[in-house]
Amino acid sequence: MKIIVCIKQVPDTTEVRLNPETGTLIREGVPSIINPDDKCGLEAALVLKDKYDAHVTVLTMGPTQADFALKEALAMGADEAILMTDRAFAGADTWATSLTLAKALEKMEYDLIIAGRQAIDGDTAQVGPELAEHLKIPHVSYVEALEKGDDSSLILKRKFEDGYHKVKVKMPCLITTLSEMNKPRYMKVGLVFDAHREKEIKKLTFDDLDINKEEIGLKGSPTKVKKSFTKGAKTAGKVYKDLDEKEAAKLIVEKLKEKFII
Amino acid sequence: MNFNFTDEQKLLKKLYKEFTENEVEPIAGEIDEEERFPVETVEKMKNNGMLGIPFPKKYGGQGGDNQAYVMLVEELSKACGTTGVIVSAHTSLCCAPIYEFGTEEQKQKYLVPLAKGEKLGAFGLTEANAGTDAAGQQTKAVLDGDHYILNGSKIFITNAANADIFIVMAMTDKSKGTRGISAFIVEKDYEGFSIGKKELKMGIRGSATCELIFEDVKVPKENLLGREGKGFSIAMKTLDGGRIGIAAQALGIAQGAIDETVKYVKERKQFGRSIAKFQNTQFQLADMQTKVDAARLLVYRAAFNKDNKLSYSNEAAMAKLFASEVSMEVTTKAVQLHGGYGYTREYPVERMMRDAKITEIYEGTSEVQKMVVSAHML
Repeated sequence: MKIIVCIKQVPDTTEVRLNPETGTLIREGVPSIINPDDKCGLEAALVLKDKYDAHVTVLTMGPTQADFALKEALAMGADEAILMTDRAFAGADTWATSLTLAKALEKMEYDLIIAGRQAIDGDTAQVGPELAEHLKIPHVSYVEALEKGDDSSLILKRKFEDGYHKVKVKMPCLITTLSEMNKPRYMKVGLVFDAHREKEIKKLTFDDLDINKEEIGLKGSPTKVKKSFTKGAKTAGKVYKDLDEKEAAKLIVEKLKEKFII
Repeated sequence: MNFNFTDEQKLLKKLYKEFTENEVEPIAGEIDEEERFPVETVEKMKNNGMLGIPFPKKYGGQGGDNQAYVMLVEELSKACGTTGVIVSAHTSLCCAPIYEFGTEEQKQKYLVPLAKGEKLGAFGLTEANAGTDAAGQQTKAVLDGDHYILNGSKIFITNAANADIFIVMAMTDKSKGTRGISAFIVEKDYEGFSIGKKELKMGIRGSATCELIFEDVKVPKENLLGREGKGFSIAMKTLDGGRIGIAAQALGIAQGAIDETVKYVKERKQFGRSIAKFQNTQFQLADMQTKVDAARLLVYRAAFNKDNKLSYSNEAAMAKLFASEVSMEVTTKAVQLHGGYGYTREYPVERMMRDAKITEIYEGTSEVQKMVVSAHML
């Protein structure tokens, strides 16, 4: 079984401070981490490696410093790591990112591609599903539990706000994982040494992909940012219990009137 | 010369920090309070390859170096001095002498399970009447056919109650003084070998410090470490390495106390503002951190020398002398900056101050370190 885990290196937002005057993020000196959802995706892959001897490759697109995230993945137990880095890839939105990743992945062998649900610096949750569409393979998002089926399929628990779906999907496929699904393992000391002293990170650049420069990077990104602003604080909602249908309907109407919505 | 961490060291630091914050720090107060050896932490450290860092993979180690090892002891000790010394005594005092002085058979039989963390190690030199004066050993080893027969006792042995393998010094020829001391590898299950009284200590209270008792213990001849009469030299060289570990422990405790204090002084308000705003607080903290950074450079230099096959006896003594005294000073100041709260068990600095004290005493007192350093000068 061959698994490819797509990860993203992101600023550790728990360590990000706001500039009180401008209201913008201070990114300097903020440590970079593996995006939490992606790290849980990697853990899920490593569990499959432990159980079924799967081969795990981690893939990331980013600046050369992103090799630190790949080394961490190797030190957790991934077998191989690939860094896609090129000036031509820079400034990509989710569409251009997923297309670039897809161009690399279409040349690789895989049974399963795992991506984290969303990155904590962008929160779009788009790259995983888009990637599956580019590759024309089925995908299941918001996976919170995973087991291998009897044939070449996976049994997945897909989270919804008020429950979950149990889905059987045939491989090759792509899933996006939630950080609730597991607690990622620590790196192992010996694997940290191996990641630096024995293993090599494979690099892929623009020249390795069959694609035009216009389709990727900033040029290939249809997303245009109109305006950025700080989200206003929202107060916590209120839960009303033990009301019958009539009382509940009456209460909702009252509240909507109170807020001048109706 | 370069004072920056390599990428490999940065990643190790990340691992050590995550491990310490999640697995060590949450129980540090509890194991001190209950005087409980943290078996669960030792098991987790085994699983993450933390009990044999500087030894080659062919001997069960992680194929790393002493720098990587002391960084672990430092990080663990920031939260828990007990956990730091468990790793230090196991690695420096038991694994290291077998690696450096053992035969290939001894390495395969003992170092492999020790470095993998399947077995825990300890070291026995100190006796009731042989502390700094290590030559005053009373424990005897007499060769009888294929075995040495050991009789006597050792005190203050770190890890004793939980260790499987012990390096034990004993007199094989009293008439030769220090040249009559030999080193042995002793297994916990050998008949006649028992663990005696557990010490009730001021600090590092989770560490199981006990007496070792030998009553006609038959130790196979092949468990002699190095040659007969070389025990004292082995012990001294082992302690040279051990001191780097203890210096790292002292360093970690001191940094941990500073980190706690920085958090506290920002929160604590007196006279209408946080006490961090007072210049006394600022100057105290500046002095504390400067000294701890200086200690860190000494500790890393000693580890660097050991890794690069340079002499390190003097450097290890300086590192241990300075780091341990800085640790005591800094933890005392940390308690002072916490005021009355610092004296209570509600805040970890009182434990850190108690833990720091032992670093000035074990594996050679500060006075012994001064003897070593001055001997290199005169």
